[in-house]
Amino acid sequence: MRRSRNTVLSVISAGVFLAILYMLNLNRAGNGMLISIMQKSAIFALVAVSMNLLNGFTGLFSLGQAGFMSIGAYTTAILLIPVQSLDGVYYMNGINPGIRALKVFLSALPPWFQSVYPFVALIIGALFAAVIASIVGVAVLRLKSDYLAIATLGLSEIIRALFSSPQLDGITNGSYGLNKIPAFPKMFGGLVPPIITPFIVSAVCITLIVLLIRSSYGRAFMAIREDEIAAEAMGISLFKHKSMSFIISSFFSALAGGMLAMYMRSIEAKTFSITLTYDILLIVVIGGIGSVTGSVLGAFLVTASKEWWLRFFDQPLELFGWDVPLFRTGFRMVIFSILLMMVVLIYRRGLMGTNEFSWDRIFGRFKWKRKKVQGGGS
Amino acid sequence: MNGIVLKTEHLTMQFGGVVAVDDLNIEIPQGHITALIGPNGAGKTTAFNVVTGGYMPTNGRVVFHDKVIGENHPRSKMKKIYNGSDRTTFHHQVVNTPDKITRLGMARTFQNIRLFKELSVFENVLIAKHCRIKAGMLSATFRLNHVEERTMREQTQELLKTVGLADLAREKASSLPYGKQRRLEIARALATSPSLLLLDEPAAGMNPKETEELAQFIKDIKDSFNLTVFLIEHHMNLVMDISDKIYVLDYGKTIAMGTPKEVQNDPAVIRAYLGVEDE
Repeated sequence: MRRSRNTVLSVISAGVFLAILYMLNLNRAGNGMLISIMQKSAIFALVAVSMNLLNGFTGLFSLGQAGFMSIGAYTTAILLIPVQSLDGVYYMNGINPGIRALKVFLSALPPWFQSVYPFVALIIGALFAAVIASIVGVAVLRLKSDYLAIATLGLSEIIRALFSSPQLDGITNGSYGLNKIPAFPKMFGGLVPPIITPFIVSAVCITLIVLLIRSSYGRAFMAIREDEIAAEAMGISLFKHKSMSFIISSFFSALAGGMLAMYMRSIEAKTFSITLTYDILLIVVIGGIGSVTGSVLGAFLVTASKEWWLRFFDQPLELFGWDVPLFRTGFRMVIFSILLMMVVLIYRRGLMGTNEFSWDRIFGRFKWKRKKVQGGGS
Repeated sequence: MNGIVLKTEHLTMQFGGVVAVDDLNIEIPQGHITALIGPNGAGKTTAFNVVTGGYMPTNGRVVFHDKVIGENHPRSKMKKIYNGSDRTTFHHQVVNTPDKITRLGMARTFQNIRLFKELSVFENVLIAKHCRIKAGMLSATFRLNHVEERTMREQTQELLKTVGLADLAREKASSLPYGKQRRLEIARALATSPSLLLLDEPAAGMNPKETEELAQFIKDIKDSFNLTVFLIEHHMNLVMDISDKIYVLDYGKTIAMGTPKEVQNDPAVIRAYLGVEDE
């Protein structure tokens, strides 16, 4: 009874969200800002959830997300830049002839392939990152806590340096970066307009991650987070499960990286610096380490307040003829930081803690405290 | 089947100059409760860790169901060298990680309880079932193994009922009282379907009444799960009550072994526990 009610409510709210997206799609003209912020939030939500899989559920404190995102972004971008724009993009150093030949070959394939090609490119980028993660994981996953964080941070910087190195000019266009990347494609032959594509892709990926977390393997991840020694004594192979989590997290980060390339239309190695990882870490922490819905909520709140809601602090403001001196460009980041501190002080473990959003909780707000003591259950 | 479940041969564990376990030879027959006792720092827990794969032995080997699960025989590194009764048998290293050994059918509990604290009682036991999972990650993600998953959940429920924790299934593990946490840890070990259960001081911090319950509990699970039990314990009452055979360690050396009665009257044991009398 209660379960069916919850299902109905979830379906309705997802439908409402979709309806809003379709309405925005029809009234694109005035809502460019809103649409682009929501798209960015959706992409960051996916990265945050994949980071949460690693940091929150498996307990591996990794800071390599930006590196894997850049692998996905570059692979997707190289695969997607139209053949006729290649010379314009690689105007300085020319393009590697092998890649050009590959792209010419791919562009000659039949139309049905061209319509799914952007998604194939996303998946190829993600698989590439997963392969790299599986190789690097052998070395990196021997480390624990802080040391793992430092190693993965270094890894992501190495990847960034590689991509901007002059030796790779013919492939990544070195420090000039790539542009003329096509925007989001439409899905299902136009049933899903381009604007909504990132939401659908993110939602599907996040659903997959949630399914994994709730499976027996996800429980094994949580066991490793809780107590490595006990988990190992219970027959859970630490190396196998840690690399599994690391590879899957990298896969989805890279997929989101590919979407970010489509969203930004032009990328350069600088985009994927450490600050990007920190931005995502921020989302994960604000949302709650170990909560998928928290990460999604955090992605939307952090992106929206950073890019949109606090914009007005950047504009000069006159109060009763007095020009308030603080309201200048950049002031919103000060306010943003203060808000962050307040959130962290009030919600010690992020907005959601380790709990997930549930309709029962919304209806039983008064029982909130009691339920917390009992723990989430399954 | 009345074979030897676990056997250690010349098992030695040395940390730098300290020989924590010194030439330990143990045989644990099928269906028996064997205890390892000794004063603090005698090397009991180290012996456990070597057997379960936490450490690689400095010398000697561990045989579990006629399969060598840990073996080492360095010829020069040790301060004190045991060549074993049969030199030729010690010639290679066998290293197993704890998870592999658990999958072979040896489960353990810890001296200082190591539960998955933030997870529920039910999940704690369910996770231990994971080591016997047949489905791969992808089929588990897409729920192609829902039959297996349901069986796992049913078995977990059954097991919780057997150990008397069924009504606490949804509680957080860390919110249980101490005695129940101990019991949950044993239940979790049982969930890996072991043939040998290793208990590291199961009665630590328990009052006499709880200890008595625990003794009965260990006997019960031994019979109902067809187990062999190997335990470390300080509570003499518990050990004397339930063990079939006792090994006494002191400073890593085996100073006595035998039935509870034999051990109780052994002068070496009395000396180790009560101190040496002035002559």
